[in-house]
Amino acid sequence: MYKVKVYVTLRESVLDPQGIAVKGALHSLSYTEVKDVRIGKFMELVIEESDRDINELVREMCEKLLANPVIEDYRYEIEEAVAR
Amino acid sequence: MKFAVVVFPGSNCDVDMYHAIADELGEEVEYVWHDEDDLDRFDAILLPGGFSYGDYLRSGAIARFSKVMAAVKQAADAGKPVLGVCNGFQILLEAGLLPGAMRRNQGLKFICRPVQLTVENHETMFTSAYEKGEVITIPIAHGEGNYYCDEQTLERLVKNRQIVFRYHGENPNGSLADIAGIVNERGNVLGMMPHPERAVDALLGSADGLKLFRSIVNYWRETHVVTA
Repeated sequence: MYKVKVYVTLRESVLDPQGIAVKGALHSLSYTEVKDVRIGKFMELVIEESDRDINELVREMCEKLLANPVIEDYRYEIEEAVAR
Repeated sequence: MKFAVVVFPGSNCDVDMYHAIADELGEEVEYVWHDEDDLDRFDAILLPGGFSYGDYLRSGAIARFSKVMAAVKQAADAGKPVLGVCNGFQILLEAGLLPGAMRRNQGLKFICRPVQLTVENHETMFTSAYEKGEVITIPIAHGEGNYYCDEQTLERLVKNRQIVFRYHGENPNGSLADIAGIVNERGNVLGMMPHPERAVDALLGSADGLKLFRSIVNYWRETHVVTA
């Protein structure tokens, strides 16, 4: 069993309206050190071992469904989890 | 002429769409549930607004994998008119039937009010009943209508006259180049954020949307009805 953590964020070139609003809020709380905020999604997948290569499988899922490659980037971490 | 209104779990403008076609336009129309896989009996396909699959993950991201979407793609490939409004537009983008993607509105708020649009291209099968450059009033109702595409795609959209509607005056959601609606290269798939089906009777505040549906019927008659 694998535990996979997937992070999806808007691409650098795409304006993130939520991130800008949150940055503004942090500034109004006087955290003026904050230069940029990007908001994204965090997903946790539990995947059974199969014939498929786990990296290949996760990339495929990210590109097909979990992220929209037109506006989003993704990255992931794979942890080998012990069956409960 | 026979229209299909595709219904996904979470669609909520399907009844308005049906009403516009059946009662205002006076054409045949039928609801089609998302698990149907055959749309051959229809001449035009309408994807209504709403919150298909609760907008989970991204608007339209899950609906695009429903069974009916393969049939919608077939209809599009066959050159039939396909119209996606609001969530329907988002689904067409996710399905790759139109280029680009939607971001949250610039002001982060869900906006529901009438807006003015310029008809940028009145020479499509969806807009032939409008005058060149006509300014029309159609309501919007969305939280994610901030259209985005890369520069090359935008150049292509402009060059091929694929931008059909732009926001006139104020841009409510921050969309790139004030885009409110685009067609595919072939010109038979239109996606738009404003709701023409909510503007089909002066009693509702505007009847400007009716011409869009009339254009589709005119196009169909010109190509299918042989005069004796």
